[in-house]
Amino acid sequence: MTKNMKNYNVNEKGYYGEFGGAYIPEMLYPNVEELRQNYLKVMAEPEFQKEFDQLLKDYVGRPSPLYFAKHLSEKYNTKIYLKREDLNHTGAHKINNTIGQILMAKRLGKHRIIAETGAGQHGVATATVCALMGLECIVYMGEIDIKRQAPNVARMKMLGATVIPALSGSRTLKDATNEAIRDWINNPVNTHYIIGSAIGPHPYPDMVTKFQSVISEEIKWQLKEHEGRENPDYIVACIGGGSNAAGTYYHYLHEEDVNIIAVEAAGLGIDSGESAATSVLGKAGIIHGCKTLLMQTNDGQITEPYSISAGLDYPGVGPMHAHLCKTGRAEFMAITDDEAMKSGLELCKLEGIIPAIESAHALAIFEQKIFKPDDVVVVSLSGRGDKDLNTYINYFNL
Amino acid sequence: MNRINQKLKEDKKLLSIYFTAGYPNINDTVSIIQDLEKNGVDIIEIGLPFSDPLADGPTIQASSTLALKNGMTTEVLFDQLKNIRKSVNIPLIIMGYFNPMFQYGVEAFCKKCQEIGIDGLIIPDLPVDVYHEKYQTIFEKYGLINVFLITPQTSDERIRYIDSISNGFIYMVSSASTTGAKVGFGEEQTQYFERIGNMNLNNPQIVGFGISNNQTFTQATQYAKGAIIGSAFVKHVTNEGANSIDNFVNSILN
Repeated sequence: MTKNMKNYNVNEKGYYGEFGGAYIPEMLYPNVEELRQNYLKVMAEPEFQKEFDQLLKDYVGRPSPLYFAKHLSEKYNTKIYLKREDLNHTGAHKINNTIGQILMAKRLGKHRIIAETGAGQHGVATATVCALMGLECIVYMGEIDIKRQAPNVARMKMLGATVIPALSGSRTLKDATNEAIRDWINNPVNTHYIIGSAIGPHPYPDMVTKFQSVISEEIKWQLKEHEGRENPDYIVACIGGGSNAAGTYYHYLHEEDVNIIAVEAAGLGIDSGESAATSVLGKAGIIHGCKTLLMQTNDGQITEPYSISAGLDYPGVGPMHAHLCKTGRAEFMAITDDEAMKSGLELCKLEGIIPAIESAHALAIFEQKIFKPDDVVVVSLSGRGDKDLNTYINYFNL
Repeated sequence: MNRINQKLKEDKKLLSIYFTAGYPNINDTVSIIQDLEKNGVDIIEIGLPFSDPLADGPTIQASSTLALKNGMTTEVLFDQLKNIRKSVNIPLIIMGYFNPMFQYGVEAFCKKCQEIGIDGLIIPDLPVDVYHEKYQTIFEKYGLINVFLITPQTSDERIRYIDSISNGFIYMVSSASTTGAKVGFGEEQTQYFERIGNMNLNNPQIVGFGISNNQTFTQATQYAKGAIIGSAFVKHVTNEGANSIDNFVNSILN
């Protein structure tokens, strides 16, 4: 980090600039405080690191490849690399975090695990590690999402998890998160809450970011092998809550020559009223225990976002990203449903890879932004598209 | 002196009732407050509804959702309450989550509370350290008492800290739960009440969560200055409407 550069990491009080903190009811204080006091210590233990690294290697299948996308690069006349998080066990980056957090939960003596899930990817990743470790797993999922994502509900059940429908509010991810938090309030001693994104009260955003930072750690040495340099010119990721983005950016946050691009879901269009582009539509507020950019009414009621991609369909954004946005460190772009779907299908045809619709948003920036022929652009391909087959089928009438 | 402090000096056990503003009908707010006072309630907590009430169980969630649907907002509530001090004398507290207050502007919110004659605030998701660092001087400037929660899991050290920041009463949450989740008290609760009682805190304690009838009210107030009823009252209003408040209050006090 050079001297004139801002700090983009969390400070000792749990803030990224004005964002972050722990805005939690007193009932949650002992749990969150226990985690805050221990997480860095536990993560620094050589035994913990060894177990984490081993599982990422043998169970998740890391390192995930950094793939030079030749045809995509030819089409857009620049050098595009894809970080293949889609090849991880369970099909997305989510498992990096759940492996880390399940090991954390065990170190803290917790034997009951709860999680929230939207599309079901984080729920599946949590159910997977609970099965691996033999811990009880309860996943909260909005009633509407349960209907929309039946295969992932079945996966979670096969893995031994109990899926509880969130019946409050809009019955989607936001409400599933509320229900998980309420569960934690009601079970303050034996339970660990595995939050799936870089959101929530401190220390969650930092802990999730650190577990996901394996992504940028690998990109550094992999790009060195490919290009003879660790730093790309651009690093690109899609953002819902922002966990894959946080991991993709982490080791580049303070590398001034690396441009950071964050891609949000514009849904039907930023001004359509059906969007999830928080950086444009949101303002500072409190959601799920942290201060961040948040889509809300003038009166401070949290509003429902929309995106064709369930993983980007969140009314807030992690506090680290809110800070990157506010400081201008990251360039935020917004991609509509149609643009993402088109780019998703294009990757299938050009590279033989079916991306998650979330990741397809990140790929769609090449239609909007012109890069130089010798620019090196690394895009996080955060997940595979198998879970989205129904959406692809309906959209393209396949 | 703040009405809350005055009330706490009275030689009796205090009954505090929570209701959700704008529920069941948008314009029930004032009549509910008047009826509660008329029937002998000591302190009223006016719930400012929020879309995502993390610390609340299904009853208060549902009332909040409906209140918002009815059109309740911070502005509307303040407007409904603007003449409340012409007819109501007991302490009034606004209970709500931090985001709507933050959007209104914390200082503007507090100023408005003072103009209306609100005596205190309960904000479950505004942590005591953030309050102390950023907002305490504003609350005090406008004569507002901020009420903090403690739970059976709160350490003695933290309770002492909260006691040192408080200047009214401490909201003693009876068990680790969301609102309305549990009814009645077991041995664990009475031990906790006794433990807190023996700490000789500067601020009196009022018990909340798990109180729904005369028996639980009597139990809770054996150990504390008063008790708060929320979900049970909201349920009563749901079933019986806002015009049968006398029945409810009488069933608690007699």
